[in-house]
Amino acid sequence: MSDDRNTRETAGDQTGTGGIGRRAFLGAAGAVAVLAPGLGLAAHAFEARPDGVPASSKHRWGMLVDTTKCKSNCHVCVDACNKENGLYEEADPKDTAQYIRKLTVHDPDTGYTHYLPVMCQHCTHPACVAVCPTGASFKRADGIVLVDRHICIGCRYCMMACPYKARSFDEYTEKNQKWYNPRGLGCVEGCTMCAHLVDEGKDPACVTACNKTGGGAMVFGDLKDPTSEISKRVATEQTTQIRADLGMDPGVRYEGI
Amino acid sequence: MAVMVLSAVALGSAAHAGSDAGAHAGWPHITKPIKGTHCVKPVPYMLRYHFDLLLHQREITLRKGVHGSKYDLTNCISCHVNKNANGQYIPINAPGQFCQSCHEYAAVHIDCFSCHATTPQGGGDDQTAAR
Ligand code: HEC
Ligand code: HEC
Ligand code: HEC
Repeated sequence: MSDDRNTRETAGDQTGTGGIGRRAFLGAAGAVAVLAPGLGLAAHAFEARPDGVPASSKHRWGMLVDTTKCKSNCHVCVDACNKENGLYEEADPKDTAQYIRKLTVHDPDTGYTHYLPVMCQHCTHPACVAVCPTGASFKRADGIVLVDRHICIGCRYCMMACPYKARSFDEYTEKNQKWYNPRGLGCVEGCTMCAHLVDEGKDPACVTACNKTGGGAMVFGDLKDPTSEISKRVATEQTTQIRADLGMDPGVRYEGI
Repeated sequence: MAVMVLSAVALGSAAHAGSDAGAHAGWPHITKPIKGTHCVKPVPYMLRYHFDLLLHQREITLRKGVHGSKYDLTNCISCHVNKNANGQYIPINAPGQFCQSCHEYAAVHIDCFSCHATTPQGGGDDQTAAR
């Protein structure tokens, strides 16, 4: 189901919105080709954590999103996320869990419009953790912010506290959950930065999808490793944290916003 | 109260291994694992403490991020699940299945499977196979 949606909207983007369909398409293809070696490096820049070894504070996982490459009507990151994490469209679609939201930002004066995916920003000082009354909201040693659903009582304080609207509440009795993402009625959930993939040395599903069939806008990596692609780019390019003024130090950085 | 129920199960289990298994009418039928010769701990320990192991393990896996532990719930399922006549997995919490029969008998209610997968899909020993 989500695959159909995915194909339709990607196709629409290449022919319709752009107007210069073929050239835009070639441009995108070129960008992918140029990026490819970098991606290869990024994919091997971090390794699987062996069985039995806990997550370590030697790493801080982060993402960098270049919004100038994030295309209108492209949802491959969202679709890949839904598929990977076993998020299905609920009876009332507005209740469907959203680990990533695709936002459109429009400047009314200049007409400049751009797009960005917003997911859990995996903050150093997460508001969701600060307000959680049970300790269910927590930050793993490597900076990934998670919900311990065994302890979550579904009070939704974290949803109120999060300035990024990154969390969803599960109002349905779930079936067909993925073994690595057990989700169910009455608990809050959100982007896990695909911890199950990261722990295996792989990029999160959204990043992989964006680089494969999307705009190639996303990079995942270790902010504490100065040789990682993400660290080098954060050091040399103009990157932004959304609402940096709140002092929560998000691990997701953006360019072009 | 709970302890009494438990010791009843433990005793009964010893009994069902022995000769007078049929002595208790309505005693839960505990399904045999599809693989493995030993449990992750000796059976008497498992009978008494399996829930403590699981409680402890979820902290280790989820909060500390340690993978591949033998006490993972997914690992219990990979051995203790059963297949039907068509060779398909039966959910481990279905009536009469491993995590259900004793609990039904002892009036224990667990909510684990409202979230956790009930058949192997790649957790535990099958981790790489299914991915
Ligand atoms: C509200 C949803 C929910 C419920 C109910 C739930 N869990 Fe979990 N459980 C999770 C999530 C989410 C994880 C993290 C998954 C991961 O890291 O692989 C997890 C992980 C675990 C783990 C470690 C990973 C694994 O596969 O073994 C264990 C053990 C575990 N849970 C045991 C239990 C037990 C026992 C119960 C019932 C008493 C239970 N859980 C009920 C959501 C739930
Ligand atoms: C390697 C396969 C394997 C794994 C993994 C495994 N078990 Fe077992 N389990 C066994 C075997 C074999 C027995 C013994 C069955 C017998 O003697 O009839 C057993 C026995 C048990 C018993 C006693 C049942 C009885 O017949 O009296 C319990 C309870 C149990 N296991 C729970 C668990 C739990 C909980 C987990 C996960 C933490 C788990 N097992 C993981 C293979 C396994
Ligand atoms: C040999 C019978 C038996 C089998 C098989 C068995 N259980 Fe249990 N389980 C019990 C009994 C008896 C209790 C209650 C113990 C008590 O209250 O002290 C219990 C309690 C639990 C609890 C704690 C419930 C609570 O409310 O605190 C969990 C969690 C649990 N079992 C999980 C499992 C899982 C998962 C499996 C399948 C892998 C399983 N059990 C298989 C007999 C069994």
